Amino acid sequence: MDQFLTDAVKFLPILMSGLGVTIAVTLAALVISVILGLVWALMGISRNRMLRAISRVVINTVRGVPIIVQLFYVYFVLPELGVQLDAFVAGAIGLGVAYSVYQAENFRAGFSSVDPMLIETAQSLGMSERKIMLRVIMPLAIRVTLPPFGNTSVMLLKDSSIASTITVAELTRAGQLLAVSTFQNMSVYTLIALLYLAMSLPLTYLVGRLERRFARK
Amino acid sequence: MISLKNVSKSFGDTQVLKDISFEIQRGEVVCLIGPSGSGKSTILRCINGLERHDGGEIVVDGSVLGEKSLPAIRAKVAMVFQRFNLFPHRTAQENVAEGPIHVAGRPVAEAMTEARTLLERVGLGDKCDAYPAKLSGGQQQRVGIARALAMKPQAILFDEPTSALDPERVGEVLKVMRTLADEGMTMVIVTHEIGFAREVADRVLFMDRGRIVESGPAREVLTAPKVERTRVFLDRVLNPL
Repeated sequence: MDQFLTDAVKFLPILMSGLGVTIAVTLAALVISVILGLVWALMGISRNRMLRAISRVVINTVRGVPIIVQLFYVYFVLPELGVQLDAFVAGAIGLGVAYSVYQAENFRAGFSSVDPMLIETAQSLGMSERKIMLRVIMPLAIRVTLPPFGNTSVMLLKDSSIASTITVAELTRAGQLLAVSTFQNMSVYTLIALLYLAMSLPLTYLVGRLERRFARK
Repeated sequence: MISLKNVSKSFGDTQVLKDISFEIQRGEVVCLIGPSGSGKSTILRCINGLERHDGGEIVVDGSVLGEKSLPAIRAKVAMVFQRFNLFPHRTAQENVAEGPIHVAGRPVAEAMTEARTLLERVGLGDKCDAYPAKLSGGQQQRVGIARALAMKPQAILFDEPTSALDPERVGEVLKVMRTLADEGMTMVIVTHEIGFAREVADRVLFMDRGRIVESGPAREVLTAPKVERTRVFLDRVLNPL
């Protein structure tokens, strides 16, 4: 235990920079996944059959390929096609795309939970399509979407560690380097696990609170 | 005010409206009665553009219903639904003010004040801040009527407004509707409340299998129907045993 505490004091400052990168890559990937996920979900409920088909193909394809392979693809294959990406950007894009299909499923479930009769009612009031989306569909869908969205976000936070495989210097990668050079595997990986928990547990709690707040109305 | 000329409508192979023609004058109260599936609700939904009719012509306040005229027509013709369809994430007052603010573009404060007045008018002045889930069916439907009134419509279409209510709650909604009728609102009402139709409606249209089988002054049609089908229907509704 004493050993762990001294190690912790020594290692934490080094791991902290990795922690910052983990948060940054998670947030960037989250934004990308939400935007793309909304696109897939909206295409999926579109009246246009072509758009629906594209959405389905994208979702099934992306979901069917391991995230690590997708990251390798973005980082190692795209340069051969002339797209050179920095490791952080490649990680954020790769994770964002991979997670967009799970977000799309969350959004789809939210959209389809909205009573079509409420949409008709809004139409009969003369609301524009845009207003119906913003005033009726979105606020109702978000209650259904929020719990799975929270879970997806926590999973994304943890899976950001996969970015270590393409040299993104996030928490796991920083820990690996530290462990290799100090041989203090137990201290290092315990610290890493605790740091991940320090992020995921509050996130889970926050989502739970938001959920209850929406449910009250 | 509202006129239908030879309107027809099919869902797939089944024709639900066959050659429907009638006119509704300003200030008139007309009840559509008839068995389920006879096309009554579909007529209302066509007038409001929620369904597109396949043939014939619907004219509201001088303009022919179509893609272009639909927004203007929806501004003139409000709708009240069988299952109330209040927005569950908004309070009673917000439900009523939703159209004025977000469709008509009225200032929020003004629309909210007016919503309060309308809720008072339907006897729900104390429920402004209540969410729909906290209201009884009858209260929800009265909010629905206030919401329709908020758009200052020239006519209101009621689609079985009391069918989803507890029997005890039917009266409070009918009372509000009766007041509107007395004030000269143009109303088209799909209903199974024969007594209400007889008391309040100027005219009754009896429908069966997509056609208007009989029409005339409410008292006449409902007390002494000329057509056999109407007579059988009324007999079954009024004497179910």
